[in-house]
Amino acid sequence: MNYSHLKIGLFIPCYVDQFYPQVGIATLELLEKLGCTVSFPLNQTCCGQPMANSGFEHLTTGCNNLFYDSFSGFDYVVSPSGSCVLHIKEHLKVEDKPSESKILRKKVYELVEFITDVLKIDSIEADFPHRVGLHQGCHGQRGLHLSQMSELNAPAFSKPETLLRKVHGLELVDLDRKDECCGFGGTFCVSEEAVSVKMGKDRVSDHIRHNAEYITGSDVSCLMHLEGILKRRNSTVQVRHIAEILNSSISVKTVVPAL
Amino acid sequence: MSTVTKDHAGASEVFNEDEPYVNWHDETLWFVRTKRDKSSKQLPEWEELRESASQIKHYVLSHMDGLLQTFEQKAKENGIHVHWASDGPEHNEIVLGLLKQHNIDKMVKSKSMLTEECHMNEFLIKNGIDVIDSDLGERIVQLRNEPPSHIVLPAIHLKKKDIGDLFHEHLGTEAGATDPQYLTEAARQHLRDKFLTRRAALTGVNFAVAETGSFVVSTNEGNADMGAHLADIHIASMGFEKIIPKQEHLGVFLRLLARSATGQPITTYSSHFKTPREGQEMHLIIVDNGRSTQLGREDFRNSLKCIRCGACMNTCPVYRRSGGHSYHNAVAGPIGSILAPNLDMTKNADLPFASTLCGSCSNVCPVKIDIHDQLYKWRQVLVKGGHVPKGKEIGIKAMSMVLSQPRFYQWSGKLGRSVMRAMPFVVNNSLNPWYKQRDMPEPPQESFRDWYVRNRRE
Repeated sequence: MNYSHLKIGLFIPCYVDQFYPQVGIATLELLEKLGCTVSFPLNQTCCGQPMANSGFEHLTTGCNNLFYDSFSGFDYVVSPSGSCVLHIKEHLKVEDKPSESKILRKKVYELVEFITDVLKIDSIEADFPHRVGLHQGCHGQRGLHLSQMSELNAPAFSKPETLLRKVHGLELVDLDRKDECCGFGGTFCVSEEAVSVKMGKDRVSDHIRHNAEYITGSDVSCLMHLEGILKRRNSTVQVRHIAEILNSSISVKTVVPAL
Repeated sequence: MSTVTKDHAGASEVFNEDEPYVNWHDETLWFVRTKRDKSSKQLPEWEELRESASQIKHYVLSHMDGLLQTFEQKAKENGIHVHWASDGPEHNEIVLGLLKQHNIDKMVKSKSMLTEECHMNEFLIKNGIDVIDSDLGERIVQLRNEPPSHIVLPAIHLKKKDIGDLFHEHLGTEAGATDPQYLTEAARQHLRDKFLTRRAALTGVNFAVAETGSFVVSTNEGNADMGAHLADIHIASMGFEKIIPKQEHLGVFLRLLARSATGQPITTYSSHFKTPREGQEMHLIIVDNGRSTQLGREDFRNSLKCIRCGACMNTCPVYRRSGGHSYHNAVAGPIGSILAPNLDMTKNADLPFASTLCGSCSNVCPVKIDIHDQLYKWRQVLVKGGHVPKGKEIGIKAMSMVLSQPRFYQWSGKLGRSVMRAMPFVVNNSLNPWYKQRDMPEPPQESFRDWYVRNRRE
């Protein structure tokens, strides 16, 4: 299918831009392979969540304005971070533009949900012949409902898992606690250092116990935290954002024109 | 009672010094959460039950005055003496007054988080009253002279060995004994004597039914009944939010309460109290203690729907790894963190920040309180009220300034990354809490934006 008529804005959150450019590149390349026309507005910075979650939502006016000016002209805004997307969806408001803000909020999608719900991709020809553990970021899972939550008595589903199962050679490992928080939590990771690290250690151990070679997820913030712990342990387990795994391909069936 | 003076982060750091113990604490509470999951998934109508309970409580919160008046009238007709207390001290004075009036200086008390909130035990003991907690877990923490660490499982932070040592010291059990059967039997004999000799018994209230003027107390040990039935005077204390409109609503709540708390279908005892037996006096104290204020806070009033099941504590990854005492409030965990700031914003300003906002608490809540959203909202209120440290405020303001100016942001990012590459010790040191137990991310040469400009704009 061709999605080139859609104007898609790429939102790369501040810390991904600065520390994980490869995730931004993978997201862009993946969307392009899937037939999308994507642009990255150069004046974007941050969703405002670091301030807001610390209790300073009133200091997010600058971020809100930048986000609005950068992205209001697009059909969709896509980002490889469930947490930042959830923040925008719940809190973006630009002064004097209440209805426009609401419209923009609805156009913002996390990458996995965009691929699943908007592009409705059937198959992805990616190769990643490894044992992979999926870490579900809480804001993506419980906030954006990327997958069913273990607390609820409701039918199971998982958008990231469905995508990962399409990847050749990839073996998903089962975890003891498949949707427990990793403990990153924004400024929580430093203000509550002891608990944050303990939560992260326990998540990492769950993946290691099940022989994962890679930990993946749709939120870079969780992965950054888990990576910090893995590296400190000199572990051979690595983190990869789901975009990097889905992009580890040569061609994508759905965009190959029928002969 | 010992009091914790450290804030949540500080107390958690101490708690985490013994990692095997933290693992044990986490696994123990996770086991309870798992039992809750299994039990809730046996009821196909579970989610509808939660919704019904939430709606009934919604009705209660919007008809509080009328329901309380009806309840008072019916209860009086049933022969119950009804008292009103605007705060903790007033509640405690009423209890003391009743005991003095009857020349009673010894009382048994079954589980009541409200009396913990009012610090009643300390007050009564200071006034010469001997109060014995009759719930086993509560008795254990009372003997240890510490507050409960969990609203349903007060001694969940203790291991069998701790109990053995404690009972050896206080109840004369054999040294080193850890057999639960043996230790429980010792407590049983010890408490039996208290039940038989106490003329006054205080119980909590789980549900007060406006329609009938009766109330229900849920326990697993039958200790509320044992106390109340043997005593000449039964005092029941309730926060005013315990009211439900009708008897038929009890089914909804009783099915949710124990399943959410421990995974049991129902508590062993659901005791209905309506009329004092002949020769007995029954008193009911209805307490406000900040509840009216909370009811007036639109963003936070739903917190009063709480039925004290403790499910949010069992599921909370922070609670499981920091322990109940780190919350320095009668009610710990996520629900405590949205209730406590209402009682004292200065003292409890740290609690809404003791969360990653993962949202698991709201998902297990049987009355669907939006706990994690309220934690977020409390943070905004506390910041605006000036209850967060100045240093934090300066840091966040600086962050906001950088992130509000694209060029400044790009420039600082570039500078920061080159400093990290050239002089890693600037961030890799003990002043950086991230670095203490985690490595910093590898700073790349190029930001995504730089790459994009180079590869897609040229």
